[in-house]
Amino acid sequence: MLADAATPLVTLRGITRVFPPIAGGGQPIHALGPLDLDLRTGEFFAVVGPSGCGKSTLFELIAGLQQANDGTIAFEGKPITGKVPDGIGVVFQEDSCLPWRTVRGNIALGLRKSGLSRAEQETRIEHVLVLMNLVEFASHYPAQLSGGMRQRVCIARTLVMEPRLILLDEPFAALDQQTRLLMGEEVLRVWRSTSATVFLITHALDEAAMLSDRIAVMSARPGRILDIVETAWPRERDSRILEDERFGAISARLWRLLRDETIKAADAH
Amino acid sequence: MSRRIHLMLVLIGLVVAWEGLFLYAGEEALRGPLETLQDTAKLLTTTLFWMHFGETARAFALALALAVCGGISLGTWLGFHRLSSELFVPMLIGFASVPKVVLYPLVLLAFGLGFPAKVAFGAMFGIPPIALSTIGAVANIRPVLIKLGRVLGLNAISMARVVLIPAVLPEIMTGLRLGFSVTLIGTILGEMFAARRGLGYLLMTAIGLHDVTLIMSLAFVLTSLAVSASAVLLSVDRRLRQKF
Repeated sequence: MLADAATPLVTLRGITRVFPPIAGGGQPIHALGPLDLDLRTGEFFAVVGPSGCGKSTLFELIAGLQQANDGTIAFEGKPITGKVPDGIGVVFQEDSCLPWRTVRGNIALGLRKSGLSRAEQETRIEHVLVLMNLVEFASHYPAQLSGGMRQRVCIARTLVMEPRLILLDEPFAALDQQTRLLMGEEVLRVWRSTSATVFLITHALDEAAMLSDRIAVMSARPGRILDIVETAWPRERDSRILEDERFGAISARLWRLLRDETIKAADAH
Repeated sequence: MSRRIHLMLVLIGLVVAWEGLFLYAGEEALRGPLETLQDTAKLLTTTLFWMHFGETARAFALALALAVCGGISLGTWLGFHRLSSELFVPMLIGFASVPKVVLYPLVLLAFGLGFPAKVAFGAMFGIPPIALSTIGAVANIRPVLIKLGRVLGLNAISMARVVLIPAVLPEIMTGLRLGFSVTLIGTILGEMFAARRGLGYLLMTAIGLHDVTLIMSLAFVLTSLAVSASAVLLSVDRRLRQKF
């Protein structure tokens, strides 16, 4: 599984992000870092942290949507510079379906730049429609679907690109708890059936504990990594590991690390 | 189906009210529905009518083109450029609420008597609603969709084609519908004063001569045109919004 685990898929070194002051005065906001992090090929990696700790900034830096003020980020050894690298798929927290395109049309967007033939594109689209249980909704418009289904379409649109790294920014934050658990299972299933590495931002400790191989806990702003928790779950797993006694221990450890930071973050607001 | 019945009932009600008003007010003031239809049919066979109609049509087409291009470009600029919008949007809203007839003398001074003045006047009516709806449409584009475009690696042209234009189109369409009718008003109004041709001028002459037949026929023609154009635009508008 982790054939080249020795060479990390993503490396962050000394990453710092400072936002310029808002027009009309104020001070620059030191959002993140300095921060070092390695993502191993094929792992399921989650980041938890208090709100406003720079989780989403970290996400956008790796996605190539923002640039760091200092430090380097490399994906497969190549630096990420202000452009979304090939091989990285992104799913946002907000629903990002284009409402004027059908489910199939939305998924096909992921292949615009692929250079694949029409037939190959069709094959891939059919494949992800099956994988994400969307076959019967292929010609529906997003407005006809529930929030969970729309997020599934967004995941399918990312999967159709066959990314080697999938970035998920709190993709289930808007969903109810039960749907979230099932969507989590679905992401696990997808993760197993592809060889992709998953990087998940979440504020839900149970979600992080259930899904991930490793979980980075971030400090209050400026976000740094306090600790990385290893879960040692088997690759074959689903939401039933909630019953496992180690699950409670992991969640508790995450909360112990986060509690003070969350209080700090709350005081800062 | 039931909507069609409603529409029929409204139309029948209008015709009945018109006939009633005619019976009450008499020949001096207006003509009945049937007579108006006959008079209009007669009017449509005269070359005089078509000469004026052609003039109005050309002025309106040009004014509408100016209003659409001007309104959409102004709206796009103000929608995307924060500083300009803070400066100019209040002025635009102010301008939209000015009764534009009071500015007509200035338009005449600037453009002279004749064709250019009524085109400019028509466009003045049409630009504000189209620009304002475009500003709203641009402001309502969800940022996540632009991020999506970047993640998909779209260049500027694809970004416009795949994301931006479809996102703003329904809201701009509503502004276009409004812009269409007020541009028509502006053009006709422009023709009513200081013009020698056009349906507005013809209407003004008819009023001067107290030619009720001509007034009624012209009103009927203009109303039919405006209502049917509006209905077409409304159905396009609805179709665009249907999916969302």
